[in-house]
Amino acid sequence: MEPIVELRGITKYFGALLANALVDLTLRPGEIHALLGENGAGKSTLVKILYGLLAPDSGEVLVAGRPVKLDSPRAARAHGIGMVFQHFSLFDEMSVIENIAVPLDGAVADSALRRRVMEKAAQFGLEIELDRPVHTLSAGERQRIEILRVLIQEPKVIILDEPTSVLTPSESESLFVTLEKLKAEGASILFISHKLEEVRRLCDRATVLRAGRIVGTANPRRVSAQDLATLMVGEGIAELSPGAGGKAGEPVLLLDRLSVMPETVHGVELDKVDLVVRSGEIVAVAGVAGNGQSELYNAISGEGGRISAGTLAIAGRVMNRANINERRRVGAAFVPEARLGQATLPQSALSDNIVLSWHATEAIGSPFIDRERLETVAQGIVRDFDVRIPRNDPVAAQLSGGNLQKYIVGREVKRTPRLIVIDQPSWGVDARAARHIRQTLMDLAANGAAVLVITQDLDEALSLADSIVVMRKGRMSAPRPTRATTRAEIGLLMTEGSRTVEGVT
Amino acid sequence: MRLVLVRRRRISRRRQFTTPAVALLVALAIGGVIVWLMGRSPWQALQVFIIEPLTDPWALQEVLLKATPLMLISIGLLFCFRASRWNIGAEGQFLLGGICGGGIAILTHEMSGAWIMPLMMLAGALGGLAYAAIPAVLRTRFGISEILTSLMLVYVADLLLDYLVRGPWRDPKGFNFPQSVSFSDAAILHPLFEGGRLHIGLILALGIAAIAFVLFRRTLFGFAVAASGDAPRAANFAGFNEARITVLVFLISGALAGLAGVVEVAGQVQQLRPGFGQGLGFTAIIVAFLGRLTPLGATLSSVVIAILLIGAESAQVSLKLPFDLTRFFMGLLLICVLVGESLDRYDLQIERERAT
Repeated sequence: MEPIVELRGITKYFGALLANALVDLTLRPGEIHALLGENGAGKSTLVKILYGLLAPDSGEVLVAGRPVKLDSPRAARAHGIGMVFQHFSLFDEMSVIENIAVPLDGAVADSALRRRVMEKAAQFGLEIELDRPVHTLSAGERQRIEILRVLIQEPKVIILDEPTSVLTPSESESLFVTLEKLKAEGASILFISHKLEEVRRLCDRATVLRAGRIVGTANPRRVSAQDLATLMVGEGIAELSPGAGGKAGEPVLLLDRLSVMPETVHGVELDKVDLVVRSGEIVAVAGVAGNGQSELYNAISGEGGRISAGTLAIAGRVMNRANINERRRVGAAFVPEARLGQATLPQSALSDNIVLSWHATEAIGSPFIDRERLETVAQGIVRDFDVRIPRNDPVAAQLSGGNLQKYIVGREVKRTPRLIVIDQPSWGVDARAARHIRQTLMDLAANGAAVLVITQDLDEALSLADSIVVMRKGRMSAPRPTRATTRAEIGLLMTEGSRTVEGVT
Repeated sequence: MRLVLVRRRRISRRRQFTTPAVALLVALAIGGVIVWLMGRSPWQALQVFIIEPLTDPWALQEVLLKATPLMLISIGLLFCFRASRWNIGAEGQFLLGGICGGGIAILTHEMSGAWIMPLMMLAGALGGLAYAAIPAVLRTRFGISEILTSLMLVYVADLLLDYLVRGPWRDPKGFNFPQSVSFSDAAILHPLFEGGRLHIGLILALGIAAIAFVLFRRTLFGFAVAASGDAPRAANFAGFNEARITVLVFLISGALAGLAGVVEVAGQVQQLRPGFGQGLGFTAIIVAFLGRLTPLGATLSSVVIAILLIGAESAQVSLKLPFDLTRFFMGLLLICVLVGESLDRYDLQIERERAT
């Protein structure tokens, strides 16, 4: 059948990072097409290009066989492309119908609009009370508003970005019913997900992205979840090397049935997490983003979250209520996910940024900060950790992602910590810098430190760690030695795997 | 074609000094046009507003007297604003400082001794501090916006002053005017030199500005305050306690505003009467931003604003220009500075339609 939309040779760079490389994708009427891939595989970039939020560096988008320029979501909507985002953009205090009216050009919540919305709602099983304020609605009901917003524009192509990630199983079921009806009406649906079972149930075709490239297209009904998982995370265990760490010693970080309340509405609750990291050992926490990794980092560093049950101990001391500096004083170091604005002050010099993590444990000068010492330390980090700087003592925001990350890791390593917890060490970092950071962590473990790496990059987890645990929905799997684990097994643990895998947790 | 603001990766150091100067010139130019539209000579206005206060020795003293409370209050406000805590109620803390310090003066009326003045200052600083603690605690305990509470407390302080000088503290021999007794000698800040008007308040303000300069430049506390304003998550990563910083910056700011209140009543007014504040607590907000939230900048801009205030008084008399023109001009100046500051952070670019 004639494709409605065709993407040809889409390529997109973010700085030096290749987000999409020569991606081709066709969407036909009356199909549900899955876009699969790990986090950072380039799925979001691709759909943002299709929805006019990003401009590709090269490649073209064809609608009904003709090349079109999608330079804004408005242009995309004009070509019949609609999108339902993972995070809702709704006004809590306004009613359902008002929220639907807001993005429409010149539309008001009048009776004509009500009639149209009611029709669509009845047609596709999206019943909802139009006058309820949004803050009283569940996530599933909110999503219905987002879908109705899209449907009211009569789209031919509907993009759904991880639509089930915020839904309960029964809400997901009713979403699938709606999608089937849309498909029967001849719409084309692009369904982004990493939940393989639902993709296999719902989708007619699946395109799998890895590292920005298409690595395969399959009929998800014909292939197993195992095969899809392998496609997503890649083949080959050849480059796996056991951690350079020495013998694992006594436990430095210990989580014993640790439960933490979610910090925000979209947050994840940590549920009886067990974890041990011993000195000389690197443990990786793998998992799809948003399964509680940020909450885990915050709970361990003390930057956020309220522990409701269980124990967190660092270097043999219970740290449930300790603040981050008390944890640093017993030898812990932390590298958070956000380099600018969390690990560093963007507009402060590198030397000043040392103060952030050093002031509680190192002599930085009292009562007056010893700037000379800070500058010496900063120069030492720049030299020892191969940080490329544009000029002497630049502000943090002037460094590239990789160089800033090397600097931040260096800053913590210079404190000679007994435990280092690092959240997404190489996210958005070029390959050379990523290698450098991994080597640094391995050396640290070889010298007897305990290293915990939280990462969405499975390659990183497998190449770096001695053992690997997987987080899913706020729960932690049992640790597996990296050498005795395959990608496919981990891939299945990360997604909604089979029963046998479920049994491991 | 459209205009877009693109974030600069790095903010140039030189612009920190050139931007306020350019902003001042732009504001002067616009102000000149307004004066011209009102049918007055812009040159004459410039003469009266700016040149005279700077060249006439008597007027210059008035300028520095006016600048003193502005300096004290705005230096205090720096701590709040640098930490992105919005204390809009310095006027209230200023009034309360005046009330507490003035209260000591009234209670010790007819007494003498060198202890009276320090006691007044202590009482004023504590009064302002306690008054600023209210919005700080409301924010840290209950999450109530400090902007609203600090502002509303200004009106409470205003009414309290009104009540006191009409009720318990009214001068019995004051012909029923709403004012207190005139302070006795020990409760007055005397001129530093014969025939002059300048008193020790200015030296106090400059000293405090110097201390603030060192605090921000060299100490962990100053670093923590700036960090929690620039990047709250980074401050959290550093383990700087958010609630503690909120309370501390409010206390410092309140204490300095309170001290300014004592300096004003003991130096200039020499009694308590309604409206002694003249809105200086609000003007100090402009001063702080005009000075780009640095102690040195706030000190200089206190003088600039004081010149305008003194100039406005004489312009009212000699040019029959309304006093509101000065308020307008201060607003204009603030807008110019804020626009300049935005242009420091963002580059204004013209974006042409992309070719299809």
